[in-house]
Amino acid sequence: MTETLLSVNDLSVTFDIDGTPQTVVPGISFDIAVNEVLAVVGESGSGKSVTAMALLGLLPRNATITGSATLHGTEMIGLSDTERKQRLGSSAAMIFQDPAAALNPLFSIGFQLAESVRSHTPGLSRAEAHQRVLELLALVEFPDPANKITNYPHQLSGGQCQRVVIAMALAGDPDLLIADEPTTALDVTVQAEILDVLRRMRNRLRSSILLITHDMGVVADIADRVIVMRQGAIMETAPVDELFHTPTHDYTRELLQAVPQIGKRPSAITTKARTSKEQGPNAPEPRPVLEVEDLVVEYRRRGRGFKAVDGVNLSIQPGEILAIVGESGSGKSTTALATIGLAPVTSGTVRILGKSFADSGHSELRSLRERIGVVFQNPATSLNPRFTVRNAVAEPLRIHRGMRGRGLYDVVDELLANVGLGGGWGERYPHELSGGQRQRVAIARAVALKPDVLIADEPTSALDVSVQARVLDVFRELQKELGFACLFISHDLAVVDSLSDRVAVMQQGRVVEQGSRSQVFGSPITDYTRQLLNAAPLPDPIAQRARRQARAS
Amino acid sequence: MRLVAGLGARFAGLLFVFLGVTLAIYLLVFALPGDPIRALGGDRPLPANVVETLREKYNLNAPLWKQYMDYVLGLFRGDFGLDFRGRSVSDQMAARWPVTIALALTAWAIELVVGIFLGVLAALKAGTAIDKAVLWSTIIFGAVPVFVLAVTAQLVLGARLKLFPVAGIEAGWPMSYMLPALVLAVFGLAAISRLMRDSVIDNLRADYVRTARVKGLSRQRIVGVHVMRNSMVPAVTYLATDLGSLLGSTIVVEGVFNLPGVGSLLFDAIRAHEGTTIVGVSVALILIFLITSLVVDALHYLLDPRIR
Repeated sequence: MTETLLSVNDLSVTFDIDGTPQTVVPGISFDIAVNEVLAVVGESGSGKSVTAMALLGLLPRNATITGSATLHGTEMIGLSDTERKQRLGSSAAMIFQDPAAALNPLFSIGFQLAESVRSHTPGLSRAEAHQRVLELLALVEFPDPANKITNYPHQLSGGQCQRVVIAMALAGDPDLLIADEPTTALDVTVQAEILDVLRRMRNRLRSSILLITHDMGVVADIADRVIVMRQGAIMETAPVDELFHTPTHDYTRELLQAVPQIGKRPSAITTKARTSKEQGPNAPEPRPVLEVEDLVVEYRRRGRGFKAVDGVNLSIQPGEILAIVGESGSGKSTTALATIGLAPVTSGTVRILGKSFADSGHSELRSLRERIGVVFQNPATSLNPRFTVRNAVAEPLRIHRGMRGRGLYDVVDELLANVGLGGGWGERYPHELSGGQRQRVAIARAVALKPDVLIADEPTSALDVSVQARVLDVFRELQKELGFACLFISHDLAVVDSLSDRVAVMQQGRVVEQGSRSQVFGSPITDYTRQLLNAAPLPDPIAQRARRQARAS
Repeated sequence: MRLVAGLGARFAGLLFVFLGVTLAIYLLVFALPGDPIRALGGDRPLPANVVETLREKYNLNAPLWKQYMDYVLGLFRGDFGLDFRGRSVSDQMAARWPVTIALALTAWAIELVVGIFLGVLAALKAGTAIDKAVLWSTIIFGAVPVFVLAVTAQLVLGARLKLFPVAGIEAGWPMSYMLPALVLAVFGLAAISRLMRDSVIDNLRADYVRTARVKGLSRQRIVGVHVMRNSMVPAVTYLATDLGSLLGSTIVVEGVFNLPGVGSLLFDAIRAHEGTTIVGVSVALILIFLITSLVVDALHYLLDPRIR
């Protein structure tokens, strides 16, 4: 029998919101063994982060915590501030989702690490603290620690920042490391590195990890045991292999089914483009809806030019979905912005339906814009908070079609019904909707004018997996019905695989590989594409373990 | 080093701003109606040869661009010219600048210490009675016109309670300067405390503060080191530019409290049509303003590594 490190019993968290108590976690119990990685999965709002914050006493003052949580036999709930300060870092430490924001921008990483070191071992000399900082950075495999110790957070990449945050957490040799979505903000290749760091750290220091995540791939990669949470309650607890292969709870099955996976595209999915091409080899090649030729977008920063997009060529046929994939900073979003005239084009041309933005006058631009729909990443900020859902969708119709009154609202209500928001939803404001519902409103607005081409920039990245699955379904149905062409930007290869006809892989402003979906994902030509495909963890612990071993050897 | 290069470029830019602004003031003042030379004679018109000598002396016969050129060249030698009574403007200012600078610096120190203290206090006690008291008092004091505040302070704190001298500088620094400096500081103090409050509240919510708490740092250290430095960035900008405007806005306060500073010199000069003095004082104020803005840039550079 393994030794228990943390034992949580009937823990409940209630927030006092303007006088009304709201119970977020109604009483949960679980254990973590020494040297175990326990993953807590669930959608946003399921109470997984709140549970973790409650353990460390990090919740705001309006939270009431009851129940018990013992770490090595010491009660963690209801500690005084001084007691908690002693425990934090040495018994339990925590790392967070956004590593760049988790570091103070005005102090060097060396200063911030030394601060951690000294708060756990007071009385260290400057040189001793410095030595310990270097050891910690070496432990998290930080590149070139001796030179980078004087760097500031903004000079480091996201992955490097997360290593610093992990090093900071390790300063007090914690028995328990709580990691709240530690790789969600990172690219897949960086995510794989950080997960390796955590795994090796666990093995070396014999510490336990409580991993909070919504990513089933991450769970499969690193967890020993999994808790599935929903609305503050535990649905299912199981060892990782069991959970993935024989889930007992319906909700777990639902979650697992929602996870898109490369190569698991249901064969029933066909897009408009494919069916039209099947009409025969003699049909004339139609004119592309969107053509991008030798596009260069250069930003000047402190007098130095930086090419965000460097000679990109793309073309999309009517009804075709072209996906651009790549890591952050690869230029995929800038390319999308350039196609709608929102990024400064340094050279090259963008033509929509044969017309270039650059040569178009004001009125031509207007009619050109009518043919393009756009969906952005974050529906919480891309919808005007003061517009009702109905008005948000009606606006393009008012502006471009001059529609008013009953006729307008009939069209709007039909559009909303098409995205599954029929009935009374039209009168609501964006803040009254969930993230998935908001994104469906954004899609309804984007297709309101029946555009020839839709630009979608990471439309599902901010959503939970099951919500993402529903939004992608809506998207596919609309595409089939309206037959628009689409430029779909995403960093998630599995989503792209489930949706696109053709794929372009971007790296450092260039398209390094372009071809049909099956070709790029089935037999990639470049190492970079292979690397991307291998880095995305598979939502299957056994397959992922095999892949990891293959990668290591 | 980047700081030196950056400041060098800024300095070159400031030179153009300086020339442009001085030219504008110069032209405006000498475009004022009325002939100051003729006015020197009072009711009796001066003899033609005297007028001619005077015009020669004040360089008034040269074309305007040459007058301005000669003036600016004089400025670079530290010569602000003569007023129409033949007194050196530099000398007059030299006698009065210490008073104004002492007044402005005292007011500035009050803004800095009290404003930041109140702002941080309100932020740490956000939502409580203390927070609300700070907010309301800054709104009320900030809304009252300066001369009303000045006269009230003089009456209550000076004449009634006899805490400070009512006027003049006989009691020297700090007693004679406290009351006018307080009045001068009120507006900026209100702005600083509100700026600081919002800034501290924002930073208390930042992710890095949560990280600092997880590190096990004390609250004093989190607020004193992490939050304070981040919150100071906007406050420093305000404080540094405000030093310039404090110097320029001493006219009313120096008038009410009868302080022989640059503000009252400027006031007298405007009434007496002493163009050279007006331009001289304005130019000196602009110089100070430009220099403080240069200092702000340097401070930003030191405070925030992201702009290095």
